[in-house]
Amino acid sequence: MTPWNFFAEHRAEILSATLDHLTLVAIAMAFAIAIALPVGMFIVQHRKLSSITLGITSVFQTIPSLALFGFLIPIPFIGGIGRRTAIVALVLYALLPILRNTYVGLTGVDRSILEAAEAMGMTNSQILLRVRFPLALSVILAGIRTATVITIGVATIAAAIGAGGLGTFIFRGVAMVSDAVILAGAIPAALLAIAADALLGLIERRLKVA
Amino acid sequence: MNTKPVSNPEFAIEFRDVSYQIRAAHNGKNDTPVRNIVSNVSLKISQSETLVLLGRSGSGKTTLLRLINRMLLPSQGQVFVEGRATTDCDPIRLRRGIGYVIQEAGLFPHFSVAQNIALVPSLEKWEHARTAARVEELLRLVGLDPAEFAARKPRELSGGQRQRVGVARALAADPPILLMDEPFGALDPVTRAELQREFSALASRLKKTIVFVTHDIREALLLASRIALMEAGRLVAVAPPQAFLCNDHPEVQAFTNCLDQHKGAPQ
Repeated sequence: MTPWNFFAEHRAEILSATLDHLTLVAIAMAFAIAIALPVGMFIVQHRKLSSITLGITSVFQTIPSLALFGFLIPIPFIGGIGRRTAIVALVLYALLPILRNTYVGLTGVDRSILEAAEAMGMTNSQILLRVRFPLALSVILAGIRTATVITIGVATIAAAIGAGGLGTFIFRGVAMVSDAVILAGAIPAALLAIAADALLGLIERRLKVA
Repeated sequence: MNTKPVSNPEFAIEFRDVSYQIRAAHNGKNDTPVRNIVSNVSLKISQSETLVLLGRSGSGKTTLLRLINRMLLPSQGQVFVEGRATTDCDPIRLRRGIGYVIQEAGLFPHFSVAQNIALVPSLEKWEHARTAARVEELLRLVGLDPAEFAARKPRELSGGQRQRVGVARALAADPPILLMDEPFGALDPVTRAELQREFSALASRLKKTIVFVTHDIREALLLASRIALMEAGRLVAVAPPQAFLCNDHPEVQAFTNCLDQHKGAPQ
């Protein structure tokens, strides 16, 4: 069986797996952004907490993804078999790039701009929201972009714990020793990653100031 | 009545035996030796005078400036602004009433020229029409055509134009006091001379109390009603320009020698 035949015969199934995959990634990214962005802003205001926070999120990155999925299965509430566990693991992976870029972007604002802002009588939260955040936006988005591409890749492994998505084809293909079936999962996943990278890159360039 | 220390409000700013120290080493312990950045400075600055703080790099002049708007708090002594100790003032309110201009202007790159100038009015929630009128008035005051410049971003300006916008932004809410930290330091000599002349004229028209930091003796002589010379955190001479030139303190001599050298140089 050629990959092309398999694609043609299973296009409805592949399409639905692609949509599942995208949903998984979108939900995980939404949570990761919702956590990393405020935490990044918080540790900029409380610098003493920054290295410990960034350290903890780095630890998640060092755990091999398959192992992390495995570790999460026995944990109550967030664990088990299925999508919820997968999303938790994906969020943990996506945190570091977003958090680190948020922190670096917010702290990397030119000193003279911050000095002027302080001297003009802006409060700390005004400086954060009206000066630091808009000037850091393109750096933060670069982090979101990296995290998205990583998450699209790692999400294929989520099929191992029954979360669905394009990984289903890859695992099935490995079991069947069929390149065609593996490619039916791998090619759409790669295309998704490339598309997400290009799209977010475009937005990032639009947002770049100065 | 409480007994908060006050200063005579005839002086816009008063330093009363002010020292500012930092810990020499950052090892987090409290027993580390301290280093004086500013030592026992007493200085009275009258309403609507232009006081120039002159000194070498690291002499403490910027620190002295930052003590005025409570960007820093004195380790010893007190700083009074309009008769009130800065330690008794809300730092945000205090700063909004004091204009501040720095080298490279520190304009917000994501704001237009008009938005930059309107910063303090917007923080103070002025009405839109009042802010717009004020921005236009200020752009004219600093010699920029509002129609041409209001909508531009700082990166679309020359260094001199940026510094003009910096001055306009500092004047936006019409503060009685203006602090300037080497505002013309990063400009090319021709633009610098141009801005110095214009600013000198502007200063005498506006009747603001101006504290101006520089290491350039010629700039000091041009702009100052009084020059205060700092050396290693201490105030070593305070005098109007003419009297300053006659002072025989070695550090004053060191600065006035730069003038002579320059005259002797080939044209």
